[in-house]
Amino acid sequence: MASLHPAGRTTPTARPRRKRASLAAQRQRLFYWLISPWIFGFLAFVLGPMVFSAYLSLTRWNLLNRPAFIGLGNYQAMLRDPLFWQSLKVTTVYALISVPLTMAFGLFLAVLLNQKVRGLSLFRTIFYLPSVISGVAVAEVFMWVFNPQFGVLNVFLSYLGLHGPGWIASPNWALPALILMSLFGVGAPMIIFLAGLQNVPPALMEAASLDGASNWRRFWTVVIPLLTPTILFNLVLSIINQFQVFTQAYVMTQGGPLNSTLFYVYYLFDNAFQYLNFGYAAAMAWVLFFIVLSLTVIVLASSGRWVFYQGGE
Amino acid sequence: MMALASRARRKSSSRQARLSRQAADRLGRAVVYLLLVGTSVCFLIPLFWLVTSALKPTDEIFVFPQVWIPHPAEWGNFARALTTLPFGRFAFNTLVIAGLTTLGNVFASAMVAYGFARFRFPGRRVLFLVMLATLMVPGQILLVPQFILFYKLGWINSFAPLTVPAFFGSAFYIFLIRQFFMGIPSELTDAAYIDGANEWAIFVRIYLPLSKPALTAVAVFSFQGAWNDFLAPLIYLNSQKLYTLQLGLSEFQGIFHTQWNLIMAASTVIMLPMVVIFFLAQRYFIQGILMTGVQG
Repeated sequence: MASLHPAGRTTPTARPRRKRASLAAQRQRLFYWLISPWIFGFLAFVLGPMVFSAYLSLTRWNLLNRPAFIGLGNYQAMLRDPLFWQSLKVTTVYALISVPLTMAFGLFLAVLLNQKVRGLSLFRTIFYLPSVISGVAVAEVFMWVFNPQFGVLNVFLSYLGLHGPGWIASPNWALPALILMSLFGVGAPMIIFLAGLQNVPPALMEAASLDGASNWRRFWTVVIPLLTPTILFNLVLSIINQFQVFTQAYVMTQGGPLNSTLFYVYYLFDNAFQYLNFGYAAAMAWVLFFIVLSLTVIVLASSGRWVFYQGGE
Repeated sequence: MMALASRARRKSSSRQARLSRQAADRLGRAVVYLLLVGTSVCFLIPLFWLVTSALKPTDEIFVFPQVWIPHPAEWGNFARALTTLPFGRFAFNTLVIAGLTTLGNVFASAMVAYGFARFRFPGRRVLFLVMLATLMVPGQILLVPQFILFYKLGWINSFAPLTVPAFFGSAFYIFLIRQFFMGIPSELTDAAYIDGANEWAIFVRIYLPLSKPALTAVAVFSFQGAWNDFLAPLIYLNSQKLYTLQLGLSEFQGIFHTQWNLIMAASTVIMLPMVVIFFLAQRYFIQGILMTGVQG
């Protein structure tokens, strides 16, 4: 470096400044060197593919011949594709029910665990365990749990004198069965809620009790408002997650019976890797992206009305 | 006299109130425990069902009334299930993929996180925001174009599409580790700096050892994610000798679709390592969830 700047020797006062400047430059180089893996990964595995996928969504392509540009043809085809609408309906119904249900259940368990119970870590372990072992094995277990004749669920219902439905074998009950199954993924929201509850200042709770507020009233007027940032976080996260269901649909139902569990991502996967409609699948992915993005934006935009920050931001 | 009597009356009534409040408290706690235990039972029944079904002889699977405790326990189910398909091979493949993914994620993400935590330059904020924005990009958008990219690279039917991207860090893990790094007091690094340590030495000798909880959280999450992943191996791996456990299990079900005792036996074995890791590293799982949750 020094040899490139022979002028640096002329005035003695310039030397420390240049030395500092070159130190800053050196640190800047080091910074970019440190983050270079991410920059490369971002360009190669995220930005590049996204740009390519936007182009791909405007083409018809089966990977074997050259992509044929068809403009908005894929998007128009989607409007006329009954299976597309079915997959959108299935996924929306699933998310509309399972998101609030899982959140309410997670909050409920967190409130129970926050009552200074003994064996807290044991209960927490039990409730989080199903989240650790997700994947095909859990799908297999639930297929067997939901078995109409010999599954444990209907055996229990028969003890109560009820004749259980066909669950995943029935077009009417397959989606409710998968929604029921989604409750077993309550672990992560529950742990986040529990941390939120533990951040509620005890002084506020005591003040409310001195004012004569009942437990129920304290919960709604003190705890819930303080918990709204946590609720917002869990809500955004679970919306994003519940729109991406795949493994259950692939392993347990193959989208059936009668397309009653034709989840969006499952149909997208079919289009890409079964029918080799890569352009159509790419267009479907963009539609999903915009749906989830707009839902997230709506939730975040509305949050100013109902989310309360303790810091007063 | 009057005053004394009324005070005594008041005392007894307040004692009564205290007693009834105690009774209500005790009742409330009983309800709490009842609900907790009830829910726990609901959560444990599928697991109980899994393990007992795995041990049932074939003639006890489809009987009514249902057999709860298998008699005799058919331990041979495990051997039968695991030798029908080369599950040893699948386990090895899964370990290689999950191991490489974890290694890549931990080191690359820690390095990038260090860059974002320790250096302040005009472009840094924008880059950091871009990185956070990528967290919002759903995997489905990348599914097709990434497949085509790896197809053009000739990586289909190899572990490369499943492992190589991890070595460029992952936005989620970078964010998680960076949040932890921000909490390391600058006095520590200043002292090392004055002692003549360079940035690399500060990273390796101070930041990494102090960040074990965050790095362990990233390691368990990334291992768990790779172990349970189904969609990516399904797309990229075609030949059976490269299958992961999840793919193997899915194929196993296709072959033995009603032999639930064997399917449950295979499922049990595949879940077991995750359960063990969870019990060993539970603290880090919870810490990791919270570190991302707190920022919400």
